[in-house]
Amino acid sequence: MFAASALNERNRRVEGIYKALFGLMTVLLVVPVLIILGVLIAKGGPAVSFEFLFTPPTDQGRQGGILMPLIGTIWLVVVALIASVPIGVAAAIYLSEYAPENWLTRLINLAIINLAGVPSIVHALFGVGAFVVFFEFGISILAASLTLAIMTLPVVIVATRESLQAVPMAFREACWNMGATRWQTIRKVVLPNAISGILTGVILEVSRSAGETAPIMFTGAVTFLPFLPTGVLEPTMAMSLHLFTISNSVPNMPDEIKYGTALVLISMVLIMNAASIAFRVYLRGKKKW
Amino acid sequence: MVTPDPTAAPSATSDVKLSVRNLTISYGEEAILRDVSLDVREHEIFGIIGPAGSGKTSFLRSLNRMDEVSDTMSVEGSVLFSGRDIHEVRNVYNLRQRIGVVFPLPVGLPLTIYENVALSPRLRGIRDKSTLDETVERCLTRAALWDEVKDRLDALGSLLSGGQQQRLTIARALSQDPELLLLDEFSIAVDPVTTMRIEDVLRDLKQEVTIIMVTNLVQQARRLADRTAFFLNGKLVEVGETEELFTGSVQDQRTRDYVEGRFG
Ligand SMILES: Nc1ncnc2c1ncn2[C@@H]1O[C@H](COP(=O)(O)OP(=O)(O)OP(=O)(O)O)[C@@H](O)[C@H]1O
Ligand SMILES: [Mg+2]
Repeated sequence: MFAASALNERNRRVEGIYKALFGLMTVLLVVPVLIILGVLIAKGGPAVSFEFLFTPPTDQGRQGGILMPLIGTIWLVVVALIASVPIGVAAAIYLSEYAPENWLTRLINLAIINLAGVPSIVHALFGVGAFVVFFEFGISILAASLTLAIMTLPVVIVATRESLQAVPMAFREACWNMGATRWQTIRKVVLPNAISGILTGVILEVSRSAGETAPIMFTGAVTFLPFLPTGVLEPTMAMSLHLFTISNSVPNMPDEIKYGTALVLISMVLIMNAASIAFRVYLRGKKKW
Repeated sequence: MVTPDPTAAPSATSDVKLSVRNLTISYGEEAILRDVSLDVREHEIFGIIGPAGSGKTSFLRSLNRMDEVSDTMSVEGSVLFSGRDIHEVRNVYNLRQRIGVVFPLPVGLPLTIYENVALSPRLRGIRDKSTLDETVERCLTRAALWDEVKDRLDALGSLLSGGQQQRLTIARALSQDPELLLLDEFSIAVDPVTTMRIEDVLRDLKQEVTIIMVTNLVQQARRLADRTAFFLNGKLVEVGETEELFTGSVQDQRTRDYVEGRFG
């Protein structure tokens, strides 16, 4: 009764082939990442030390560490977060919870998706025109961070909107039926259940901007600075630009410093990603439906 | 056995809780419920029966102006609730708060059991802990759920069983101190034993609130409803004393066919 027919046999073989094929693709995907990390650790690992992280670079970066670019990148990312998160989250709440479903809303949504595809060099030029020149922030952390913020706004909005829309409509209807206003509903039911997705999505997207070079190199990041910035209206060094400079423009640069700098940069992004994933797992443990 | 005369002035007598006149509901261009006029009396259970798609849920939604949160639904006609035209009520939130709603599938909000029931008082600005405690206990008791959950009020409401969640939803509706309770096929996801318990609860409740109950189970309407309306294809076919509908003195042959299960 359970004897395998020829068809069953064939299905089983095909199933096996596809499973192997998809598995292989997954391996192919992971391999480059592992190779990059492996090479960086092998070649840059010896250079990275507590001292490397917290010593100012000297002799155009050939000596010393990466204190200024490291702190500079943290400045840039934090200020970009402060600028983009409130605006992006508010816009996403409006689009998801308030905006009527009409052609204008659809047009705005389309624009946001397209904005995410604008090349970063175009954002950079916009940043120069708008923040450096027009608002007269000059070459500064503020101008660079705002440029980063504008660049990441679309992804912040999309990530937030997706988290909001994952909250079932029935919860909102139940609240409205009780006489709750839209804002009461958002505050009591929608946001508490979307916040984990919002935060992790936002941290993930913005931390990626830590590795960007183009948007900051004309707006706020400089190749060399002997001191740390003390405010947002000053220029700063940054990890990505520093890596670019020492790899390209400084002759006789020791290899392990280049690799070490790259390793620190990639670690910063990975650590932020890991933190946001850990945070998500923690919050999901408290998920409420 | 009277279908209210649509041309008559809305009744001002105190025992009419809800007076619906010439109500037409449309989604987009398409009218799915046409020219409904009926009165619901104070402290009665008013049943609504009718096949799928006949407009029962839409009718309930129009009563607390939930059409306004929909992009396509529109309503014409007048609805007098306690003598006031609901479309002239300025504070729609206050109107909705006075009308409790229970859905076909229980919606336990992703809050604790306590917070599910305390939410409505909180929305109205009640902060006093002992008042909230008292409301939570009273509403859960009236919804026949208190004994099962009193030791775990801090557990998530959405983790209760379907039947318990439905009673939680009823408790939440009661926490609004509603004057009118709208029940939409409340027993669809509930076992027969729980259904009977909820039906007992409703019989008690009608001393205090007026209840409109949509049901797909004609026998449930027979057990509970004082009067029953029969909706068919977007029309109100007739309204009458429930017992008369079921014992045969109907005006319309289609009503008899439906309540006797000979429909199709
Ligand atoms: N949001 C909507 N958009 C468009 N049409 C709708 C919408 N909701 C309901 N309808 C239509 O309105 C009609 C009545 O729907 P309604 O949900 O009121 O019926 P019902 O009597 O409650 O049915 P059921 O017994 O299956 O719950 C149906 O034809 C349905 O397709
Ligand atoms: Mg329905």
